[in-house]
Amino acid sequence: MRGYVCRRMIQLIVMLFVITFLSFAMIRLAGSDAVEQKMENTGMALSQEVVDRAREELGLDQPFLTQYGVWLWGLLHGDMGTSYISDREVLPTFLEKLPATLLLTAVSLALTVVISVPLGVLAAVRQNRWTDYLLRCGSFVGNSLPNFLVALLLMYVFAIRLRVFPVIARDVSLHSVVLPSLTLAIAMSAKYLRQVRAVVLEELGQDYVVGAAARGVPFSVTLVRSVLRGALVPLVTLLALSVGSLLGGTALVESIFLWDGVGKLAVDAIEMRDYPMIQAYVMWMAVLYVAVNLAADLCYQALDPRIRLGGGDA
Amino acid sequence: MTHSKRIPLRFGVVLGLALLLLAVVVLAPQLCPHDPNAQTFAPLQPPSLAHWCGTDRYGRDLFSRVLVGLQTSVCATLALVAGITAVGTAVGVACGYWGGVLDAVAMRVCDVCLAFPGLVLALALATLFQGGLLQAVLALGLVSWPKYARMARSQTLTLKQADFIQAAKLAGDTGGQLLRRHMLPHILGPILVTATLDLGTMMMELAGLSFLGLGAQPPTAELGSMISGGRSMMQTHPWVIFAPGGAMFVAVAICNLVGDGVRDYLDPRNSGRPLYDK
Repeated sequence: MRGYVCRRMIQLIVMLFVITFLSFAMIRLAGSDAVEQKMENTGMALSQEVVDRAREELGLDQPFLTQYGVWLWGLLHGDMGTSYISDREVLPTFLEKLPATLLLTAVSLALTVVISVPLGVLAAVRQNRWTDYLLRCGSFVGNSLPNFLVALLLMYVFAIRLRVFPVIARDVSLHSVVLPSLTLAIAMSAKYLRQVRAVVLEELGQDYVVGAAARGVPFSVTLVRSVLRGALVPLVTLLALSVGSLLGGTALVESIFLWDGVGKLAVDAIEMRDYPMIQAYVMWMAVLYVAVNLAADLCYQALDPRIRLGGGDA
Repeated sequence: MTHSKRIPLRFGVVLGLALLLLAVVVLAPQLCPHDPNAQTFAPLQPPSLAHWCGTDRYGRDLFSRVLVGLQTSVCATLALVAGITAVGTAVGVACGYWGGVLDAVAMRVCDVCLAFPGLVLALALATLFQGGLLQAVLALGLVSWPKYARMARSQTLTLKQADFIQAAKLAGDTGGQLLRRHMLPHILGPILVTATLDLGTMMMELAGLSFLGLGAQPPTAELGSMISGGRSMMQTHPWVIFAPGGAMFVAVAICNLVGDGVRDYLDPRNSGRPLYDK
């Protein structure tokens, strides 16, 4: 187990290097650098001499790898550059908005689990009866609606027609988190419900289930004690993998509900071509995603003692 | 088995729906009752006999725009999925068959692509490419092909050891013949299933990029950008959202039905599962 964790940690560090390198290379590929961008934004025409001096000051005349080294060194010291637009430092701005996005993500994940696990189990247990058909139908509809459309529909029904929730989130509170997180949870639950159903059906098909029934163990006991435990590992894996699309979805949903998180920050930055901000967003989202999946992998043994991570030596 | 008879019938209905969608997409310019880009002095009209879905804020007929927008969305999605399937399969088969440096490099590239949350990376790439439908397709393609490469590679690796491949090799088949005649037909099935299952998701992600202004640019009609454009009028003129939204839903739903149908048809594991009869 320890060997496995070490190996995964080394992989993680390599991955972080690659992620930072790619995020850095992205800005370089954008074609215009900070000096040009600022010139464009201020609308000033500067002589080549001034431009060259500004480039020299910012180290933009150095070779690519040197620039990357300097940038990485700055990153390790919490310096991700300044925004092209607002001239504010990127990292503090980003960190200021991050809690709102983490809250939205956490509430959406919790809602997804609360909605889809019981319903998915129900659909599996009632396979091919009307409950199952109804749930599968619902999940099919949810699967065919893009999340920005779900957001607008929820907004139309609950904020405009019924006036239960605010149209735009003026503050980060539990009241205003309902609609954005429900949007994300609906899209995720639709997909996850199917997966829960499939995993539970797979587990219900195992011999031990028939064995338990033959010995007179009540079905509910088998379901809770054995089937759900057995289904836990694939369910955690699938949930961790879906965090990726959740993080992408937050960008859209946050900008629709004007939820003041990093997703909205990123979409605003995209509109203004504010590359340092976009860079920070892509990098931290990737780091978050990698970390969540690592955590899920490390949970496996705790969830299922049959799994021995890292070969037979553990 | 009554079971095996019922599925092709349902699958047939689904295929019929898909063909209908394709026909609408192909014939969209002919089916339009009005010119989709013609502006009139009757903006934001509610649905009526003359304008089945009403008009948008420039007085353009929404029904015509939805039809043309559907064409844009579906064609872009088909091109995207065909592209990533072809590239991913080619890379994956080459990696699995020849191995070596090519395999190591390509698979590390895949690892990196898969380490990023897909839509986030696609957003960033589409921004880099400066927006546009083609650019959005390219951005999504760049982040989506590794899945197919991984699949094709693992299939090729298992297939390489099969007796009939060894026999073909002994019989003197060259590498190219072996790949074309014996390997591709075997690995194409599961890859096609994944591709059809991806159609709906890809259409939604592409529309998502357009929604953020990173896809089709005005005045091109595209469902995602139409929904985005109607956002501010939702409170007073909801049909501006509902018309393209409904079309989007129907198109994605048909894609998903086809995906499920193809999977059930090609993957026999999904029928006759042992049940806990209670």
